[in-house]
Amino acid sequence: MIDKDLKNPDILKGIIFKINKIAKDLKEPVNLMEVCGTHSQTIAKYGIRSILPKNVRLISGPGCPVCVTSQQDIDNIIELARQGVTVVTYGDMLRVPGTVMTLEKARAEGADVKHVYSALDSLKYKDAVFFAIGFETTAPMTAVAVKKGLTIYPAHKTIPAALSALISMELKISGFLQPGHVSAIIGSRSYSDLKIAQVISGFEAIDVLSSIYMLLEMIRDGKKGLHNEYLRIVSDEGNIKAQKILDEVFRPSDALWRGLGCIKGSGLTLKDKYKDQDAKIIYADILDKVPVAKEPKGCRCGDVLCGLCRPNECPLFSKSCTPKTPNGACMVSHEGSCQIEYRYGDL
Amino acid sequence: MCLAVPGKIVSVADDMAVVDFGGAKKDICVSLVDARIGEYVLVHAGFAIKTISKDDAKKNLELLYELGELIPDDR
Repeated sequence: MIDKDLKNPDILKGIIFKINKIAKDLKEPVNLMEVCGTHSQTIAKYGIRSILPKNVRLISGPGCPVCVTSQQDIDNIIELARQGVTVVTYGDMLRVPGTVMTLEKARAEGADVKHVYSALDSLKYKDAVFFAIGFETTAPMTAVAVKKGLTIYPAHKTIPAALSALISMELKISGFLQPGHVSAIIGSRSYSDLKIAQVISGFEAIDVLSSIYMLLEMIRDGKKGLHNEYLRIVSDEGNIKAQKILDEVFRPSDALWRGLGCIKGSGLTLKDKYKDQDAKIIYADILDKVPVAKEPKGCRCGDVLCGLCRPNECPLFSKSCTPKTPNGACMVSHEGSCQIEYRYGDL
Repeated sequence: MCLAVPGKIVSVADDMAVVDFGGAKKDICVSLVDARIGEYVLVHAGFAIKTISKDDAKKNLELLYELGELIPDDR
């Protein structure tokens, strides 16, 4: 029933008409940033960019966890694998190029590297280290597995702190499409400190278009604050059980993001009582010797992640860098801006 | 990465449930939600993160229908 409603063409036409109408009332061009790779995918898949008025521009932000994982963390985990530690992680991480190689290449050379669907699946591998990446949507799953004894290399990141950093970078962003499933965990109340127009959006074309319209209304009226379009999933308080377990296992820490650099309080580190399960502490002797990471030459993933350039403005895009032979992280994941643009074009 | 898929709970045993995703059944951890057999949950990376209620779905559809409705002078 709801599926049919979410694809109702009359509603879609109505919203598109209203977007075009309200765009005529805007005093200056508007840049909206979507902060979720799954939104970027919806936007490209349904060609949403191509139907928006010229003065409304969508910019992809740092919403792909695979992409924002720092080059140093990638190099560190590859070195652990090469030194004989069993490394377990989500599938996409295997193909992200480090300074010298990928986890996949390390595995081809004999390292023990596994990929899993869920953090819980990692528990079946004895003495393994789980490379724990992802935003607040994914971090609670790691926390549950840590409580069951899993050792992790913590690299989770949190969205609100990154958004504050983006706002301070003066990127001329007029509003944010906020990530639906991060918000399902942290709740809509978590964005109250951000002084900018924001709408939490679902992932159907109708959700994204409605959210764009809601943002344009706020921008036209000069309003800041937050609206929630994804009412069927996101509540004000979020998932309290998930928040409790996050708080029990992790504490906020500074984190290094690809493209954005070090952002204060935007990462999650294990609390002291779990330090025996923290690979950064257990294997400090190996990790201390890993050289400072280098980004691939010519790769503009960092600029793409901040919305400073479109993927096709990178000199490597679709030349040496393709989904089969990614040079940079944003070409690896299905939610990376470069792979999305490679598959769908500049839609 | 933050992709999540809705499915229907078929059975529950402690923290684990069998969830039906349009015919494909998978074991899913339900420790982060209160969910009963027959309810729909949103699943991410092997965990249910939200129980989907009919009331919330109805509220959402009302919002979308309101946004998509054209007032006479819009034509």
